[in-house]
Amino acid sequence: MEFKFEIEGGNFSKAGSASSEVKKILKQLNVNPKIIKRTVVSLYEAEVNVVAHAFEGNMNVDIDTDKIVVKIEDRGPGIPDIDQAMQEGYSTATPQVREMGFGAGMGLPNIKRNSDKMNITSKVDVGTELEIINYFG
Amino acid sequence: MVKVVDVVDKLNARVICGSGDMNQEIQFGFASDLMSDVLTIDTENLLLITGLNNLQTIRTSEMSDISFILFVRDKKATVEMKELACENEITLIECSHSMFRACSILNEIGLQPVY
Repeated sequence: MEFKFEIEGGNFSKAGSASSEVKKILKQLNVNPKIIKRTVVSLYEAEVNVVAHAFEGNMNVDIDTDKIVVKIEDRGPGIPDIDQAMQEGYSTATPQVREMGFGAGMGLPNIKRNSDKMNITSKVDVGTELEIINYFG
Repeated sequence: MVKVVDVVDKLNARVICGSGDMNQEIQFGFASDLMSDVLTIDTENLLLITGLNNLQTIRTSEMSDISFILFVRDKKATVEMKELACENEITLIECSHSMFRACSILNEIGLQPVY
């Protein structure tokens, strides 16, 4: 099953709506609740990152019998140093993002913690691609 | 364990959205205005105690399977927040105490810290 959701940069009132849809789908498929939570927490962190940092993005979801593969691609400033961005506490978030309760530099490490596989690539001034894979078994 | 009715009674609080079952029991409490911190918690049956009143408080709770939110410092949930909370069967409670006082009272009546 494949699904595609659009993510609007800067629109915090809609941030999380794509992850919420994925949660509903996984619940309907009777996936283990602990795996649903791990998956949607990582997707939500990624979705908030797109809203906080990029102009626009997409969340492409592919659900198989044994796993979920999600690719989040955005058009935005990109990440110059991914190793640095993966360190807890490192953040380039704006005051507006911090007012929403984010921007503590914990998003990417938390995505890694909540996913079985995580791949990230980024080009400065082009955008970032993040792949999250979680297994149901 | 504390019951929703005890939270409401001891904090002079009000339930503004929820199932209406005041006898539901809650085991743990976690207090934070930082949703990034909340998203790292892997504990079930949790009351989120926060002064952050925006939609992302509800979204964070939805993703984290948090069924109870207590707003402190007299913060009021907006109509959109209530709608999203109701849709996700999240109980919203409001009180006028500071976060410190609310946590102190809740711990005294048996709500446990996550760590």
